[in-house]
Amino acid sequence: MTAAVSLRDVHKSFGATQIIRGVNLEIAPGERHCIIGPNGAGKTTLFNLISGRFPITSGEIALNGARIDQLPPHRINRLGLSRSFQITSIFHRLSVFENLRCALLWSRGYRYSFWSPLWRQKALNEHADFLLHDLNLATRRDIPAGLLSYAEQRALEIGMTIAGGASVILLDEPTAGMSNTETDHAMALIRRVTQGKTLLMVEHDMKVVFDLADTITVLVYGQVIVSGPPAEVRANRAVQEAYLGALEG
Amino acid sequence: MSTRWLWIAAIVLVAVAIPWCFYDVAHHRHSGFMISMLSQMGLMVILALSYNMLLGQAGLFSLCHATFFGIGGYAMVHFLNAAGDGSLPLPMEVMPLLAGLSGLGLAIVFGYMATKQRATAFAMITLGISELMATAALMFHHFFGGEGGVTTNRMIDQSLFGLNYASGIQVYYLILAWTLLATAGMYYLTLTPLGRMANATRDNFERAQFMGYDPRVVRFLQFSLSGLFAGIGGGLYAITYEIVTFDALASPLSANALLMAYIGGTTVFGGPVLGAVLITLLQSGVSLLSNSWLVYVGVLFIAMVIFAPAGLSGMIRAHEPIRQAGRLKRLTVPYLRLVIPGLALVLGFVGLVELMSFLTIGAAQGKRLVLFGHAIDVHAALPWTVSIGALLIGGTWLRFEAAHFHRVWESLTADRREQA
Repeated sequence: MTAAVSLRDVHKSFGATQIIRGVNLEIAPGERHCIIGPNGAGKTTLFNLISGRFPITSGEIALNGARIDQLPPHRINRLGLSRSFQITSIFHRLSVFENLRCALLWSRGYRYSFWSPLWRQKALNEHADFLLHDLNLATRRDIPAGLLSYAEQRALEIGMTIAGGASVILLDEPTAGMSNTETDHAMALIRRVTQGKTLLMVEHDMKVVFDLADTITVLVYGQVIVSGPPAEVRANRAVQEAYLGALEG
Repeated sequence: MSTRWLWIAAIVLVAVAIPWCFYDVAHHRHSGFMISMLSQMGLMVILALSYNMLLGQAGLFSLCHATFFGIGGYAMVHFLNAAGDGSLPLPMEVMPLLAGLSGLGLAIVFGYMATKQRATAFAMITLGISELMATAALMFHHFFGGEGGVTTNRMIDQSLFGLNYASGIQVYYLILAWTLLATAGMYYLTLTPLGRMANATRDNFERAQFMGYDPRVVRFLQFSLSGLFAGIGGGLYAITYEIVTFDALASPLSANALLMAYIGGTTVFGGPVLGAVLITLLQSGVSLLSNSWLVYVGVLFIAMVIFAPAGLSGMIRAHEPIRQAGRLKRLTVPYLRLVIPGLALVLGFVGLVELMSFLTIGAAQGKRLVLFGHAIDVHAALPWTVSIGALLIGGTWLRFEAAHFHRVWESLTADRREQA
């Protein structure tokens, strides 16, 4: 079976500094894959490479078997890959409803239409309202997204990421900065909305990671030191030394 | 929704009726001054609204908007001349659309270049385009007519309604009709996927990218369409004045578009209309009274940027939550308390500016400062002392009143913010 996402010997340098040093990764369709690693390991950079935010220095990235490493972000998104950001990235001055509706537009084929009035698009608007309820943001429908609380903005961010119906979802630290309760809510939401999709997630909260992941990849200094099921990663000596040791000891 | 339609109906009614309020019954003619001012307002409304498609709606700070207005004007002169020769048998009423298409065409060419970039780099490119076009207008005489511009005659006797457009009032109604049409068109655009994605890329272009949209295409389409509407405005300008010169596409007019949009408010669709009306009033009215009217426009602009970045319409809209809470009355007294020191400050400032102006330019023109029928000696100490006094006392007093106003405002909006 073709991997949903595959990376082959991916390198990334900023000037003389090598950030990603030969990463190989295969993510099967439908898999929940978490990437962990110490600060500065290159996790977010890896996301930026896969989603096309930065060009890679060398190597190959494929989405469902098709090369994407030379494509701009919007083209990659159209092929079915969507991502969230570590620092909340929403449309601050647009209403919560508009944020979600914008996230739906391309996948529903509206493209750059300047002739079809949005208020007449019944199915589109109903879908946006459905998402609004699904994210528990119905009472916030018409206020500017910039005025939402932090946790609400994170929920909106996740909602916008999955709205377009992409089959591969990249979430960059979706629970960062949340309280325990908020994290539980967010994880329940993520589980629900990524049902049947391929999920690639960067996460610091080990409880979340070992709860959710089918596969865990440990990234240290731009290299994969191990990739496998949670039990295998937990038992790995190199991981314990490099990363988990401090946590469990 | 229904109140909105009532407002629109009222505005249209006023625009239709207002020339007749200044009708000179004794001589059976319209006030030429009013007609030309109202016509100018229509042109500026189109210019400012189309500019706000970029600045307010797409977050694009363009410095070359007059380029598309101007090209619409120049093209219109040539269309009218062709119509006069009989080689363009089109009715006058649809000709502004041709001017709009000229604006669109040029905006597609320049937009392709400029919208590769955003933010500062975009502004730089548009500045270059503006200078390029200004130079071109002086170099290519066949099309632009050099320093003297190109002239035409609007009485082409081709009309859907049998009008000859000899009188200003007919032209005014043509402008009014097109202004309404263009405004409706621009408003419609804000309700479409492109309009919404323009807002989205303004707020966060990167996020738009990761939702399948190429921000560059969004910018390009928005820029081109705004050129279409600016071109329509320019076409009407050519019909009104029957002459188009360098001024119609040079950077001062681009700056004016920015000024009108900003002062009126870029965050509300109708804001630039307010700005266009106000600036045209100042331009036509105050420029008759004072040599220094541009100083007042400039100071108004600076004051708005510092104290009310959301513009006039933004200021009005900020009252909406208070009105909804039924508390608007509680602002009456604080507002009244601002009036006296505010007036003192303004009068003191105007006094100083006028005294200085009459001391220099006025003296050179042999003019004298006359106030309520009394000639004022600009060399005496008294008027200067009064002006400086009013400025200082008004300014200091206004600071206190403004602080008081601010406290009242905060107390009225505090519980609302807690809800949000």
